Amino acid sequence: MSSSTTKSVFWKGAREGAPFIVVAAPFAMLFGLVATEAGLNVAEVMGFSVLVIAGAAQFAALHLMQENAPTIVVLATALAVNLRMAMYSASLTPHLGEAGLWQRALVAYFNVDQSYAMAMIEYEKNPKRPVADKVTYFLGVVAPVAATWYAFTLAGALLGSRIPGDIGLDFALPITFLALVGPMLKTLPHVLAAGTSVAVALLFASLPYGSGLLLAGFAAMAVGAEAERRLS
Amino acid sequence: MNFTAGHIWLIIALLGIGTFLIRFSFLGLIGNRKMPPWVLRHLRYTPVALIPGLVAPLVLWPTATGGQPDASRLAAAAVTIIVGWYTKNIIAAVLAGAATLAFAFWIT
Repeated sequence: MSSSTTKSVFWKGAREGAPFIVVAAPFAMLFGLVATEAGLNVAEVMGFSVLVIAGAAQFAALHLMQENAPTIVVLATALAVNLRMAMYSASLTPHLGEAGLWQRALVAYFNVDQSYAMAMIEYEKNPKRPVADKVTYFLGVVAPVAATWYAFTLAGALLGSRIPGDIGLDFALPITFLALVGPMLKTLPHVLAAGTSVAVALLFASLPYGSGLLLAGFAAMAVGAEAERRLS
Repeated sequence: MNFTAGHIWLIIALLGIGTFLIRFSFLGLIGNRKMPPWVLRHLRYTPVALIPGLVAPLVLWPTATGGQPDASRLAAAAVTIIVGWYTKNIIAAVLAGAATLAFAFWIT
């Protein structure tokens, strides 16, 4: 593998990950702002975004810290919010399992919703690519997202000014997730799995700590796999 | 909040380590060992089993409206899904969804 191909695979990933900047920027800025107002200093705010790098879990932890919840509750809740990533990790393994330990560790650190979903769509489109290319593509996708996450957390922490009100910015995150769903609906089993996921997630939305989503994930994987087995 | 600096850093460190271990779990432990076909069959549906469930409550009960369903956001969601499914192009879907939302905000 020549270095020029590595470069081009990385840039393909970076180009395809770039649209997520629009979502990551306001979300990160909001975290920086809210965390600063809650009394964290800039180093602590950045500690969260660099070491944890998981938006929903960071907000959950911050919220509980503001309420002076016991440390164990803060940790358990925020980690529960991240449990879906164990499923992401499992489904990346058939594609990236052959990569070296350090590369797998790097991918694990950067395994966020956007990079995971984009990479899986690409891997399923081109399953025969060398594992080195798959790792490079993953890192390419996440590069603009992660850079935005760090930079705009810092901006939010330093500026401390208000983000403009209701211009529908809250909906940037749902729109990007929905855009990722479209290309995943390849076959009838995929459509059935997506439908199950939505139905179960809504039904159990009131369960604490994102456990409704985990139930939805297991149910939808079972439906998809069973439908595939019967139809093939 | 009543946390000391040391306590805050302890939470950040443990949360960072815990989150990493969750993300590393299967990638790290299983690596290139072969998984049985039925496991692989389930794992093929992981993205489509989680992302729709993650987004559905956000679409139906947006935080910005206090959890009330909102016609503009529902229309934008529908357009995003349809364009994404039809074109298989993520950027086109995001732009179509954003344009729909902007248009809906403008006419209401």
